[in-house]
Amino acid sequence: MSKIDIYEDESKHQRSYDKDNPEEMTRKQFMTRVSLSIAAVSAAVMAVPCIAALVAPLLEENPSSWRTVGRIEDFPVGSTRLVDFENADAEPYSGMLTKSAAWLRHVDQDNFTAFAVNCTHLGCPVRWEENAQLFMCPCHGGVYYSDGTVAAGPPPRRLPEYKVRVRNREIQLLTAPLPITVV
Amino acid sequence: MKNFFRRIWGWLDDRIGINDLLRPLVDHPVPPRGLWMYVFGSATLFMFILQVVTGVALSLLYQPSSANAYHSLEFITYQAKFGNILRSVHFYGASAMIILVGLHMIRTYITASYKFPREMNWISGVFLLLFTIFMGFTGQLLRWDSNGVWSSVVAAQQLGRVPFFGKYLARLLLGGDTIGSHSLTRFFSYHVFIIPAFIFVFIALHLYLVFRTGISEPPKAGRLVDPKTYRKWYEDYLHKYAIPFWPNAVWRDVLFSSIIVILIILFAWLRGAPDLTTEPNLAYIHTSPAPDWYMVLFFALFALMPHKIESAAMTIGPTLTVIILFIIPFLSNKGERSPMRRPWAMFGVICVFIFVISLLVLGLKHPWSADFDAKPVPVAAIHPAHPDSTVVAGSHLFYSRGCEYCHRVNGYGGKAGPDLSFVGARLTAQEMTIRIVNGGGNMPAYGSILNRSDLQTLIDFLSAQK
Repeated sequence: MSKIDIYEDESKHQRSYDKDNPEEMTRKQFMTRVSLSIAAVSAAVMAVPCIAALVAPLLEENPSSWRTVGRIEDFPVGSTRLVDFENADAEPYSGMLTKSAAWLRHVDQDNFTAFAVNCTHLGCPVRWEENAQLFMCPCHGGVYYSDGTVAAGPPPRRLPEYKVRVRNREIQLLTAPLPITVV
Repeated sequence: MKNFFRRIWGWLDDRIGINDLLRPLVDHPVPPRGLWMYVFGSATLFMFILQVVTGVALSLLYQPSSANAYHSLEFITYQAKFGNILRSVHFYGASAMIILVGLHMIRTYITASYKFPREMNWISGVFLLLFTIFMGFTGQLLRWDSNGVWSSVVAAQQLGRVPFFGKYLARLLLGGDTIGSHSLTRFFSYHVFIIPAFIFVFIALHLYLVFRTGISEPPKAGRLVDPKTYRKWYEDYLHKYAIPFWPNAVWRDVLFSSIIVILIILFAWLRGAPDLTTEPNLAYIHTSPAPDWYMVLFFALFALMPHKIESAAMTIGPTLTVIILFIIPFLSNKGERSPMRRPWAMFGVICVFIFVISLLVLGLKHPWSADFDAKPVPVAAIHPAHPDSTVVAGSHLFYSRGCEYCHRVNGYGGKAGPDLSFVGARLTAQEMTIRIVNGGGNMPAYGSILNRSDLQTLIDFLSAQK
């Protein structure tokens, strides 16, 4: 019975990695590189949808639409009242977070101003104090006059406004992204 | 029987190699002295484990959807068996983790353990500090009550101040134009998957480095760190004096962490979870967003810093802080480690302490905000004792025109502006008129708001307050 070399396969393969044989090495190296490249490319392709999910908000368009917030006769001239409206990007599953609010001021006749409720300092909701004729912020002491200009405190800008129009005696407001104070 | 289990253990250990893996970690030599100093790091790790366990438990009850999150929070807080205590433990655990990670960092700075060869221990620690803060903040948002959603608005506004990219960063945070379903799912993913994954990786690195470089020996004045000789010296030092981590040192860590856990359970049991505010609704504006205590110092800072530098400070402040934290080990990585020989470093630590604590105290009181709950000042509380009708009418105006939101008279009213209990003795009627009409500083100008007779009535009331 002849003796069986139980390591025959291994030694054959090992020879192909022999460092004294540069030509053979190149082929192995080439194969290694090809397989690493395939792995890298497939990983990169996989990463695209994942990164897209992360930066999705930057890739989407900003929708906006006109929303009716009431009728002219509901807002006496000189009054400032809180109205709310559905955001343009509201989803059916957003729960209560589908709406934004605005302070609607009836300036005269068909002239309305709709102030965002967000303080330009850090976005807290300002309150209209009718008797004081001021918007006041509960967070850091920001105060605005009835025309939206800064009266006191840290706000760097006047209150942002939404576009308003009157159609068939209905007051409509153009939705906009959450106002962010940009420097 | 005992033998049977021993054989099973022997078989498992042979196939898995538990002993080979853990023995060196358990037995690793540590310096013999000052071990109480080192308990903060291990306690932070314990807190993280506590947060993972309670967080996973909470995730069994929480619904990460904009429409349901608040209701599931109500369920957890008021209905679920042990739900309230679970939420409280997670809340106080977060507070404890933030305190401990801070103490651990301060201790490392005081003993200058970040010096050679432990620079990367410090840097990985800074990453962990930042992740911990981010976890605290996103956790607060996940409550998804009105405070949670308004805090998201505040965070977006802060990001908005970053030059050039502010708008995009804010949009990225909110997940879109406004706050909605897309916002909560993102916060949830950050809080539950993404940041914890980073924390796991960085804790692994941080611990690996602790074993690789060894725990820094307690500093001694005059014993300098020299990068050329330190490694050799430390090896000899350990060889001569070290004790094994297990069991000689570890009991302190276990005891300290256990005390913290017991304190957390006590807090959770006695105080319960923080109350939920109202439902999340950005159209409901009668809410006063305020952050959890560990964010209160930023809240205070934003109210108190000069308004003109604010936009710059909001970007430069955090950036500079992070840069300084990262470069500390490169500013001085050798030489003296003893706090007694580093007076300026210790002065800095004391300044940071004073800065943080005073901002916390102020932030919890927030005296800069108008007090919308101010009660009208009653006739009995105004001067003189038997005021005439004009003065009484003036006191009504003082309340209804909003003066009292910011000004106090005899204990009634807000604290944003000066106390006017004795203003009649300080200012003449003319001086008061000028201030009311023109405003100034943080006082709005009332010139176009008050008519002449109201102004006069108000002045009559104020003049009588002396």
